[in-house]
Amino acid sequence: MAKVLVVTSGKGGVGKTTSTAALGAALAQMGEKVVVVDFDVGLRNLDLVMGAERRVVFDLINVVQGVAKLSQALIRDKRLENLWLLPASQTRDKDALTDEGVGSIIADLRTKFDWILCDSPAGIERGATLAMRYADEAVVVTNPEVSSVRDSDRIIGMLDSKTVKAEKGERVEKHVLITRYDSGRASRGEMLSIDDILEILATPLLGIIPESQDVLLASNVGSPVTLNNAASAPARAYVDAARRLMGETVDMVVPVERKSLMNRLLGRRAA
Amino acid sequence: MMSLLRRFAGRDASAPVARERLQILLAHERGLRGQPDLLGVLRAEILAAVSRHITLDPDKVIVRMDRGKHVSTLEVDIEVPNGFERSLAAAS
Repeated sequence: MAKVLVVTSGKGGVGKTTSTAALGAALAQMGEKVVVVDFDVGLRNLDLVMGAERRVVFDLINVVQGVAKLSQALIRDKRLENLWLLPASQTRDKDALTDEGVGSIIADLRTKFDWILCDSPAGIERGATLAMRYADEAVVVTNPEVSSVRDSDRIIGMLDSKTVKAEKGERVEKHVLITRYDSGRASRGEMLSIDDILEILATPLLGIIPESQDVLLASNVGSPVTLNNAASAPARAYVDAARRLMGETVDMVVPVERKSLMNRLLGRRAA
Repeated sequence: MMSLLRRFAGRDASAPVARERLQILLAHERGLRGQPDLLGVLRAEILAAVSRHITLDPDKVIVRMDRGKHVSTLEVDIEVPNGFERSLAAAS
């Protein structure tokens, strides 16, 4: 049965789009048929992070308004044949999205895919509420930083009240994904620890993505980090998170950068 | 415990402060959830009740709440037009 998963956070810049692309690619590599949907109408970026920005013809709004068919708007990934992208509109504004329109697209996607990953825009306005509206599961992306944790708490409250599942008296299955984590700084007491965040948010942990240069390198070239450098620490952390989404039990470890001997001798940070 | 942690971690151990601030703030914010915009609801209901008897300019109804340490106050400020008693008499 298809699963609709929203990747959300409230706060901007914490890694929603990076995480959507990385988790989508990791699930597709495990053999699942995946579509990643960009809900950030007016400020789309999932196409860029996925490396499909020059292949966008039709978008989510075109499909909502009946200008294009869903099959015309879906873009197949060039690296993984069972990974697809449904881009957002760059020119329209978020009011072009309607509850009914999104509902019918999600229902259609459910018949075609195993996973529908909805990349939410930041904030708590229409785009963000519609991205979570039909979700079965939610990944709440959180940085170990006070404003991000506060916004995550707010979003968790909305997942429990504003979704179709919540209105039917059911529960959206929620997970916290901690990104940009620096275990050194956390152990020195300079950064909120994993335990602090989980205790405050009272939501189970999906994974810990370490702060890493590989994330920027991957977005520079338009490739999900799990595909661009599968051996990198963030890629391994995202693959572990994807396996947990598939129901596997995977030990929770923070992957560390593997420095080459040469880099270590030269005292450089591994890139 | 916190001072012990600070001593071990050096003066940069600001995470315990972050944690404590968040816990206090979120306890407060979660309490407000589910009863969104209490002042807005109060204002609308007060306006409706008074408007049944006096013609009011909705912009002249101000509802304010002040949370003090020991006592909190709810201030309702309604500006009524001059001569409203006469219009009441005419209506009855």
